[in-house]
Amino acid sequence: MIQEIEITQLRTLTELIKTRFNYDFGNYAMSSFKRRIQRILELYKFSSFDALLEKINTCDKKYFQDFISEITVNVTEMFRDPSFWVELRENILPNLLMDNQTISIWHAGCSSGEEVYSMAITLKELDCLEKVRIVATDVDMAILQKAREGAYSIKNMELNAKNYERAKGAFSIDKYYKEQNGKAMMDKSLVKDVIYREHNLVSEVSFGKFDLILCRNVMIYFNQALQNQVLKVFHESLFKNSYLIVGSKESLIWCEIANKFTVVNNEEKVYKKTKE
Amino acid sequence: MDKFNSIGNQYKAIVIGGSAGSFQVINKILSSLPRDFELPIIMCLHRLRHVRNGFVEALNIKSNIEIKEPLDKESIKKNSIYLAPANYHLGVDIGNTFALSTDDLVNNSRPSIDILLQTASYVYKHKLVGILLSGANRDGASGMQKIAERGGLTVIQDPKDCLIDTMPASALKLTTIDYSLNTDGIIEFLLALDKSIKSVALLKNE
Ligand SMILES: C[S@@+](CC[C@H](N)C(=O)[O-])C[C@H]1O[C@@H](n2cnc3c(N)ncnc32)[C@H](O)[C@@H]1O
Repeated sequence: MIQEIEITQLRTLTELIKTRFNYDFGNYAMSSFKRRIQRILELYKFSSFDALLEKINTCDKKYFQDFISEITVNVTEMFRDPSFWVELRENILPNLLMDNQTISIWHAGCSSGEEVYSMAITLKELDCLEKVRIVATDVDMAILQKAREGAYSIKNMELNAKNYERAKGAFSIDKYYKEQNGKAMMDKSLVKDVIYREHNLVSEVSFGKFDLILCRNVMIYFNQALQNQVLKVFHESLFKNSYLIVGSKESLIWCEIANKFTVVNNEEKVYKKTKE
Repeated sequence: MDKFNSIGNQYKAIVIGGSAGSFQVINKILSSLPRDFELPIIMCLHRLRHVRNGFVEALNIKSNIEIKEPLDKESIKKNSIYLAPANYHLGVDIGNTFALSTDDLVNNSRPSIDILLQTASYVYKHKLVGILLSGANRDGASGMQKIAERGGLTVIQDPKDCLIDTMPASALKLTTIDYSLNTDGIIEFLLALDKSIKSVALLKNE
């Protein structure tokens, strides 16, 4: 059994990562970051924390990418929090589409892409998929690759189907995938115009303006300071009167920039940018 | 309440874990606490993963203090009771705040009791009280071990008093347990603890 990791050790590790690879995990929320590191120590059978430090100090870029994949939490679902997707289908999207010929959506921290498919399916059923430009980003390149492939485990489709139904989907979710080699192969035409790209919310700036940003269950892994910083990027990346949506258990109330947003739906954590 | 005479007053929080067979017990405990119960109580009870509403409302019917499902980064306050939300792990982070996570299941559970207990004991160290109730799996045992290792106080529902005793029995096997109590005993313990905590508060005010 490896000794409990100390906060000072975590600092040493994040400093080393910053110097060697220019990724800054220094402001990730301590409790889950520590747990992920603990998990890596066990998974890769490191004999001690120092052995991990040594490895990070000498490893190549490829190894480091795998390491990042292990640090990030990628758990996701289609139509996660169905009541939110109902709100999106019945209010937010119709509102946006009433006022605009075309709209653009950013999925920040899209993980393996289930959220993007949920969006595309919803748009398709509203008959407006063609009017929407979608950008989906994540810091984890391996998970982005999964998102591009759109091949999900059949086991997960049961939950996805139930969520879709609760989200008042118009059909049955079978309509959108084919079973092949034990995988659910999503209908790629849904996402043919989606741009998937690597983007690190910690270090990168705004890269465009959007009508809707979804960043759900991502900032729970950041501390308050980093959350404040990332929200500035989102604020900059939104048109006035456009929407930011975070996870159902997150809130902007403690954030510096909160006064530039108003709450549209507190239950589903829908915010509107009301001030520049 | 003599048997709890020696309870210290250093405590900053109470964490409670429960699973199958714990609902009645929790209800009885919550309905017996005074409205001004001082320490924050943080509960992780196994629940349906995809039912977001209903549980906290059901618990609130009997509770004297309003129970809340905390949001991520919410501060942990005195005289408050918190419940881990569905499908998220609830942890305690530095700065006396909550941290939620969608990490993989632990002991087949999300929320997992071990995660709450471990993170809380990391932050509160010897100033934490852990209580583990009836349940059918081993979640919480290793969390109780951490609490004991860091000098916190460990309490289990007496296996004989449990509908399903696997959970407290696993903790008992793994680590030192300070008190093994039936439901009424746990209530008595909490009331004694509250008195002890309040007596310090009084001293400080004088
Ligand atoms: C739990 S998933 C959320 C997926 C989806 N939005 C949902 O709610 O189901 C969190 C994602 O955030 C990504 N992430 C973590 N840190 C990030 C960063 N600094 N920049 C961009 N994405 C990040 C992770 O790689 C992971 O895929």
